[in-house]
Amino acid sequence: MEFVIRPRSQVQIFLDRIPVLGEVLQRPLGALGFFIVFMFLIAVIFAPVLAPYDYAKQDIPSMLQGPSRAHLLGTDHLGRDLLSRIIYGSRIALIAAVPSVSIALIGGIILGLLAGYIGGIVDDIIVIVLDTIKAFPAVILALAILALLGPSLVNEILVIGLAWIPGYARVTRAQVFSARQNLYVEAERSLGAPSRRIVLRHILPNILAPLLILAAMDLPVVITFEAGLSFLGLGVRPPTPSWGIILSEGFNFIRQTPWPITWAGLTLIITTLGFTLFGETLRDVLDPRLIGTRRA
Amino acid sequence: MRRYLLKRLVTTILVLLLSMVFLALLVHIVPGDAARTLLGPRATPELIAKVRSEMDLDKPPMVQVGLFIWKILHGSFGTDVFTGRPISMLIGSALPHTIILAFSSLGLAVLLGIPLGVFSATHPDSWLDRILALFSISFITIPSYVGGLFLLLIFAVQLRVMPAIGVGDPSNIPDYIKHLILPAVALAITWVGYLARLVRASMLEVLNENYIRAALAAGIPLRKVVYKYALKNALIPTVAVLGVGLGNLMGGAVFVEIIFSRAGMGTLIYNAIQSRNYPIVRAGVLVVACLFIAANLLADLAYTYLDPRIQLDKMQG
Repeated sequence: MEFVIRPRSQVQIFLDRIPVLGEVLQRPLGALGFFIVFMFLIAVIFAPVLAPYDYAKQDIPSMLQGPSRAHLLGTDHLGRDLLSRIIYGSRIALIAAVPSVSIALIGGIILGLLAGYIGGIVDDIIVIVLDTIKAFPAVILALAILALLGPSLVNEILVIGLAWIPGYARVTRAQVFSARQNLYVEAERSLGAPSRRIVLRHILPNILAPLLILAAMDLPVVITFEAGLSFLGLGVRPPTPSWGIILSEGFNFIRQTPWPITWAGLTLIITTLGFTLFGETLRDVLDPRLIGTRRA
Repeated sequence: MRRYLLKRLVTTILVLLLSMVFLALLVHIVPGDAARTLLGPRATPELIAKVRSEMDLDKPPMVQVGLFIWKILHGSFGTDVFTGRPISMLIGSALPHTIILAFSSLGLAVLLGIPLGVFSATHPDSWLDRILALFSISFITIPSYVGGLFLLLIFAVQLRVMPAIGVGDPSNIPDYIKHLILPAVALAITWVGYLARLVRASMLEVLNENYIRAALAAGIPLRKVVYKYALKNALIPTVAVLGVGLGNLMGGAVFVEIIFSRAGMGTLIYNAIQSRNYPIVRAGVLVVACLFIAANLLADLAYTYLDPRIQLDKMQG
């Protein structure tokens, strides 16, 4: 008979804590955040059912109207229903944010693992390259690259992914440095395990939890960033209803109607607020270092 | 300490060089020919050839990189193809407006954010502290372009109490300031919230330190302890953040400058992108990156100087 004692990885501990949702909901700000994120997801999933009109259907005679019974949030300069456009805009927000954060997460993990585990000159080179990417304010970097690649959703996702890589790589690298000190890694190495096995089986699972929390916290930031690029005309193209495009079209007609800017702006603020409140409460609940100080 | 400074300087120079290499080579990711895209479909082959040679596109990539860096080190960004004016002149007339805008916003954020943070930290868990917490998170989540559009809509379009466009007349200081208010507020909103939260957290930490308790036990009034002893240490992390903040403000300035039709680096780069004027985009981006790098370096050095405790960690790291 063989006894195998497996250390519980942080991912398992993370999963055990799924009931934390109850704990998040007990806090007023956490519950508010959860509610907003929930409504956002409902809008994303049920957009065709919820939207009263086709988001691209033009109705010139009823353009630039304020809220009415026929158009709850009013219409834009082409008579399109603003409510429908905002509901469909949630899909664009998610379609842009999730892939770009995933690219940043995966790219960051790979670079961070290489830098942290191999160390030496490889580490130095990776750090300098990351510092160079970070030397450009994200908007400016995106402008420079999108100016050349041309505006499109795919290019936008790639650029956001690139701009966010250094953050994840930095955290991964720091985590690898501290995980390397652990006895179980020492033990595995002294048993002659290959580096690849140590990194993938022992180090990666142990550093994943903080990275996933970081990714969750980055989602709202990336959503506003995407809307900003679309506002500048460097993201998705009209008539796709990105919130940034609704804002930019509203900006062109700001003297005729306040409604597109008002609704799209409020939607962006509330969505970001919801994700941030939910993410921060989740982090407070999950972060074991804060346990004990929480109720102080 | 000296070793740390040296290492930091060497990395900064390497990052600067690498940024220039990146920007020099970036032109090659354009599908097609950059000079042709710049000049449009009706340009004659002779003109395209001339611009290609002005942009050094007719030389091998490594030579392009070398020439780009060489010219910049000699203070030249080349001339604008369309107006024939030196690009450095265009930057020289745009940059001051952006720097004034960024510093005004930062000043506004510091003036509002730090007192709010101190107030929250000295009244922890009071209802006012909770309301301030919700406000600071909400402020953080308002992107500068949404803030800018809302301010424009309310104060310039609906109430008509503020000017909507332009930087105003630089020789007329009150007019210039009047044109600066809305853009600076729009850019500052996020940072007011951010600084309030940061200062609250670090202030709470400092207020728990023994030396503060000792000062209070010695009967020194709370106000004096907070503002004279605690704030000094609580502000150290803020200094490090301000460097990053200044860079982010330069990024956010792009949106605000476009919304308020202000002259500045943001509009310069943005308009250059619209007309595919790549040499201006490249020069503008490089200048902004240099300022960002310099701000980070200064903040980092100030941080090391202000907090002697971190020097050892950094030297070992």
